Amino acid sequence: MSTVKARLAPVTGHRLFWPLVMLVVLLVANTVYRPSFLSVELKNGHLYGSLIDIVRLSAPLILVALGMSLVIATGGIDLSVGSVVAVSGAVACLWISEQPDQNSLGGVFTALAIAFGLALVLGVWNGVLVAVIGIQPIIATLILMVAGRGLAQLITSGQIITINSEPYKTIGVGHLLTLPFAIIIALVVAVIVAVLTRRTALGMIIESVGGNAEASRLAGIRSRRITLLVYVVSAACAAIAGFMMTANVSSADGNAAGLWVELDAILAVVIGGTSLAGGRFYLSGTIVGALIIQTLTTSVYAMNIDPQTALLFKAVVVIAVCLIQAPAFRARFRRKRPLAPPPAPTAEKQKEQVPA
Amino acid sequence: MTRTTITRRGLGALLAAGLLASGLTACGNSDTGDSAGGDGKIVLGFSQVGAESGWRTANTTSIKEAAAAAGIELKFDDAQQKQENQIKAIRNFIQQKVDVIAFSPVVESGWDTVLKEAKDAKIPVILTDRAVDSADKSLYKTFIGSDFVKEGRLAGEWLVKEKQAATGPVNIVELQGTTGSAPANDRKKGFAEAIAANPNLKVVASQSGDFTRAGGKQVMEQFLKANPKIDVLFAHNDDMGLGALEAITAAGKVPGKDITIITIDAVKDGMQALADGKFNFIAECSPLLGPQLMDLVKKVKAGEEVPARVETEETTFTQEQAKAALPTRKY
Repeated sequence: MSTVKARLAPVTGHRLFWPLVMLVVLLVANTVYRPSFLSVELKNGHLYGSLIDIVRLSAPLILVALGMSLVIATGGIDLSVGSVVAVSGAVACLWISEQPDQNSLGGVFTALAIAFGLALVLGVWNGVLVAVIGIQPIIATLILMVAGRGLAQLITSGQIITINSEPYKTIGVGHLLTLPFAIIIALVVAVIVAVLTRRTALGMIIESVGGNAEASRLAGIRSRRITLLVYVVSAACAAIAGFMMTANVSSADGNAAGLWVELDAILAVVIGGTSLAGGRFYLSGTIVGALIIQTLTTSVYAMNIDPQTALLFKAVVVIAVCLIQAPAFRARFRRKRPLAPPPAPTAEKQKEQVPA
Repeated sequence: MTRTTITRRGLGALLAAGLLASGLTACGNSDTGDSAGGDGKIVLGFSQVGAESGWRTANTTSIKEAAAAAGIELKFDDAQQKQENQIKAIRNFIQQKVDVIAFSPVVESGWDTVLKEAKDAKIPVILTDRAVDSADKSLYKTFIGSDFVKEGRLAGEWLVKEKQAATGPVNIVELQGTTGSAPANDRKKGFAEAIAANPNLKVVASQSGDFTRAGGKQVMEQFLKANPKIDVLFAHNDDMGLGALEAITAAGKVPGKDITIITIDAVKDGMQALADGKFNFIAECSPLLGPQLMDLVKKVKAGEEVPARVETEETTFTQEQAKAALPTRKY
C-alpha cells in the first residue's frame, strides 16, 4: 500500500494532478448524464462534438489567461483585458464593415493590423502607468477597464456591428485540418509564449521581477522594461481573443464582448497553480484552468442545469477545485485518516520545539 | 514612507478615473438650461438608463423627436447605467422645477427617497420602460412600457396556431435572457402560459444566453448535441436567436425550416433574418414610446387622470410582414 503511494507520489504531487482530476471528473459527469457527450463525429469535413466545442470556446480564454499569467508572475494584475477584447473586436469589425468588399483579404488584414496596433498602444498605456508612473496594477488597469468599455461603445456607437466577412469569420469558426482554427491560433500563441519564456531566460527574469523588482534591478535586470513588456503581451493576447470572440458571432458588441473575461482569466491562472503574489507562473496549468472553466460552462448547458442554480453549481465546483489544490487543505484530510494518533509524537514534537 | 506614496498615487489614479467618468456624464447632458418653463412650454426632465444597445439608442431618439414634435422642452440626462447618476439627475430636475419628470430606472429598488422628494416638490413622475418596486404607488403617476408577459404570450400563441396540426410531440428549446431579469422572467412565463393550450408542445431545454449573440450560440450548440430532435427555438431576444442561427447552420440544419425560430424585440438584424426566412416569427418590443410618453406628459401636466399602467403600442411580424416593414424601420 505504502509502496504504491510512494510510487504514485510524483504523479499525485504534480501541480497539474488535481486540476486534471477535476477536468476528468467534469467530463465523466457529463458522460454519465449523456453517454454521447464524448463522441466526436466528422461533419462536412470538420470535427463536431461537445468536446470540440469546449476546446474551441476555451481558445479565447486560454489566450487572455496566458497574458494574465505573465502579468501575475510579475506580481501585477490586468483588469483591462475584457475591455481590450471589446475595443479590438469593435475596431476590427468597424473597419471591415466599412469596406466595399467585406470578403477581401486585404481589408481584413488591415482591420486586424489596426486593431492589434491599438491594443498594443493600450498595453503600453497600462505598462507605463504601472512600470513608469508606479501606480498599483489593480488601479492602473482599472482605469482602462472602465474607460475601455466606454471606448468600445463609442467605436460601435452603442450598436452591435454585424459583418459578413468569410475571412474574418474563419478566425472564430473556421477549420484547418478538421480542427477549429481558433484552437490552432491559441496553441501557436501558447507555444510561442512557452518557448520565449521557458527556452530563454525571459521567464526566469519575469519571475525574478515578480519576486522582488528592486532586487532584480540591482542584479542588473531592467525591471521596468520587463513589467511594461508583460502588459503589452497581455493586451496583445486579449486583442487576438477579441478577434476570435467577435468572429465567432460575426458581430461586435461593445457592451457584452469580453465582459468579465478578466475574472475568468484570473481564475484560470489561479486554478493552474500560479500564485497571485507573483514570482512564479505555470503556463500549462493556466491552459488546464481555462479548459476547466469552459467545461464547467458547457456542462451547465449540456446537462441542462437550471439557470437559477447554475451559478451556485459553478461556485461549488470552483471552490472544490481551489480547496483540493491547497496543500494545507489536503494535509488536514490526510492527517485525519490514521485513526487515533498516538500521543507520543506530539510530546516528542513539543520536546523538539522547546530547545528551538 | 514608500507605502504612503503608493497609496497616494493609487488615490490620484482613482480620482482621475472618477473625473473621467463624470466628464463622460457631462457630455451626456445635451440640454443645460437652468431656469425652467420661462415661455410657458411644458418642461420635461428625462433620465435615460444609458446607451447600452441599439434598442436603447432608438428609444432615446424617439423621445427626443417626440418632444420636439409636441413642443415640449426636454432636459435629457444619460445615467450611464448608474443609479447614483440617475438619482442626481432627478434631484437636479427637482431643483430646476421642471413640470414633469420621466425616467427609465436602471434598477428596480432604492427609489423611494428621491421619488418622495419629487412628490413633496409637487412634480409628477412617469416611469418609462422599466418599473420600480416601491410599495407606495402614489410616488409616481404612471408607468409606460412594454408588457413582457404579453410578448411571450404572443410568441406562444403564434406557435400554438402554427403547430395545431401537429400530431406528435413538438420539442421546443428556449434561450432565456439574463437570469433573474424582468424581461426574461416575464417572457418565459407568458410563453409557457400560451403553449399550455396544446399538450404536444413541450419545452425540452431552457437555458440563459444572457441576451447576447455569443451566449445564444454557445447554448444552442449544446442544445443541438443534447437533443437529437429540436423542432422549435424560442429566444427571448433577437440577438440570442441570431447567435443560435450560426450554431444551427454549423450543425447542418436549416434555420427557419428544420427548426422554427421565434424571437422577441424586432431589431434591424432580427427583422433582416426574418425577411430572409431564417426566423419565422418576431413579437415586437418597441422602443418607440416617445409620442405616447408626450401625450401622457401633457395630460399629467393638465391634471387629467391617467391610467396607472400604459402599454407601449406593439405588434408582431411574420416573414411577409417583415419584408414589407424592413425598408421603413427606424432601428
